[in-house]
Amino acid sequence: MVDFKRSILMPVLVILVCLGIDYVVPEIFNPYLQTLIAYSGINIILAVSLNLVNGFTGQFSIGHAGFMAAGAYMSAFLTMTFPHWAGPIVGLNFFFNTIAGGLLAAAAGFAVGLPSLRLKGDYLAIVTLGFGEIIRVVLLNIEAVGGARGMYGIHHSASIFWTGFWVFICCFTVTRLMNSTHGRAFLSVREDEIAAESMGVDTTKYKVRAFVISSFFAGVAGSIFAHYLCYLNPSSFAFMKSIDVVVMVVLGGMGSISGSFVAAIIITLLPEALRPLQEITTIDFRMVIYSLTLIVLMLTKPQGLFGELEISDLFRKYVKRHS
Amino acid sequence: MSALLDVKNVRVKYGNIEALKGISFTVQSGEIISLIGANGAGKSTTLRTISGLLTPVSGEVVWQGKPIHHMKPHDIVKLGLLQSPEGRGIFANLSVLENLEMGAYTRKDSKEAITKDLENVYLLFPRIKERLRQQAGTLSGGEQQMLAISRALMGRPKLLLLDEPSLGLAPQIVETIFSIIKKINSEGTTILLVEQNAFQALKISHRGYVVETGEIVLSGKGSDLLVDPKVREAYLGG
Repeated sequence: MVDFKRSILMPVLVILVCLGIDYVVPEIFNPYLQTLIAYSGINIILAVSLNLVNGFTGQFSIGHAGFMAAGAYMSAFLTMTFPHWAGPIVGLNFFFNTIAGGLLAAAAGFAVGLPSLRLKGDYLAIVTLGFGEIIRVVLLNIEAVGGARGMYGIHHSASIFWTGFWVFICCFTVTRLMNSTHGRAFLSVREDEIAAESMGVDTTKYKVRAFVISSFFAGVAGSIFAHYLCYLNPSSFAFMKSIDVVVMVVLGGMGSISGSFVAAIIITLLPEALRPLQEITTIDFRMVIYSLTLIVLMLTKPQGLFGELEISDLFRKYVKRHS
Repeated sequence: MSALLDVKNVRVKYGNIEALKGISFTVQSGEIISLIGANGAGKSTTLRTISGLLTPVSGEVVWQGKPIHHMKPHDIVKLGLLQSPEGRGIFANLSVLENLEMGAYTRKDSKEAITKDLENVYLLFPRIKERLRQQAGTLSGGEQQMLAISRALMGRPKLLLLDEPSLGLAPQIVETIFSIIKKINSEGTTILLVEQNAFQALKISHRGYVVETGEIVLSGKGSDLLVDPKVREAYLGG
């Protein structure tokens, strides 16, 4: 009974909070800051989902942007071609298109993961990098989605509400997953593959699973990106985008959901926060300072901002120390 | 009665090197069997072949009448053959409790049954209970070995494969570990033990096999091998 109440209460609460943010944000922030908030949300989804592969399962993937592109193009294409296929409500159409985008990305993740996850470390990184680029180049050459010109005039369906909603879904899914038996299986693959096998864990299956779930959310993030910017171009999903996401995961701490969350916000906001500096000095030191900040952070905290801990762990530690 | 595990003329190669040149032995239900031999004799290779990590070039591994040598390791585990790997293979960054829970990964039965087995493990290894919340990597070598054995026990093995449980441990802890292995066996688990410490292994074994350069050169009752002049000379220091 209690569980039933909780299971109803939770989604209702989340939707209310997201609606609240959706209402409050445009009142307080100007469109520039609103965009930054939406981008933070998109990056959080990307980082948390990539953490599932890179942090928890211990596989090194640098092709996340490719899956993001697959999801972005799929959902944008659906919105453009069938604007009202799921009924007259815009938000609902966007919701289903986002899921469709995520599913295509997941399918791409499955197709990439199944043959390549037998590889390890550097080799896997190179293969995922290659596949990410393949997706981008294929999109570049499909005339139906605009090719190199890109796809423009996509309906601006992605509000702050939807961004917040998907951020929640992504974090919730990964958190619950990591606290389940499956979560422990992911960790065991990272820790010691032979020991995991001798515990009865099908390591290949788990690697593919992590990859598919992670790709799904990359596709979701892509869809939000497409419907927020209203314009898509294959060059948005180049190699550097994947690297950005990897940086977020490493900076936040491999295997910490809170870490990815915070790091995604930092990485999104830091270059923007440094803009006034450029105006004062008239030289663009922005990226230099940005890079230096990252280097200093990694030198002082090589395990990432949070290590493997979550916010809740830190809170518990704090309470323990002060009681 | 047919054997629980029947290894028939198994040959295994690492590239061009033939590590096992046709090994055959049987394990009956309820026994402790030990494979003893020097470094590089092929003991661990045998164990890794049984647990499916290696595939034999020829020969058969038969489990309760069914050939298993072409099955994947994680499927073999589901049949009830659990291995405590050499070098322990604990999950260093997980807590001790999480390690134990990983051991119960293949089990589909109730939480109560798993909790009961946890209690049983604490009875065997009181040390483990004291360290539940600790990261497994911070345990001492002996404690890690205890954890590796406990973790395998959590999977309710019919046959427990132990790869060098005495490796790198102080003599006193070795003594403890072996007495516990004997206890586990007396509670109904069949054990296949691979050891360099021939004296300790043979002392608790019902039967033993001596492995040398990929072949079994001698076999017999544990107590007989212990006094066998050839074994004494080669492995027990005369």
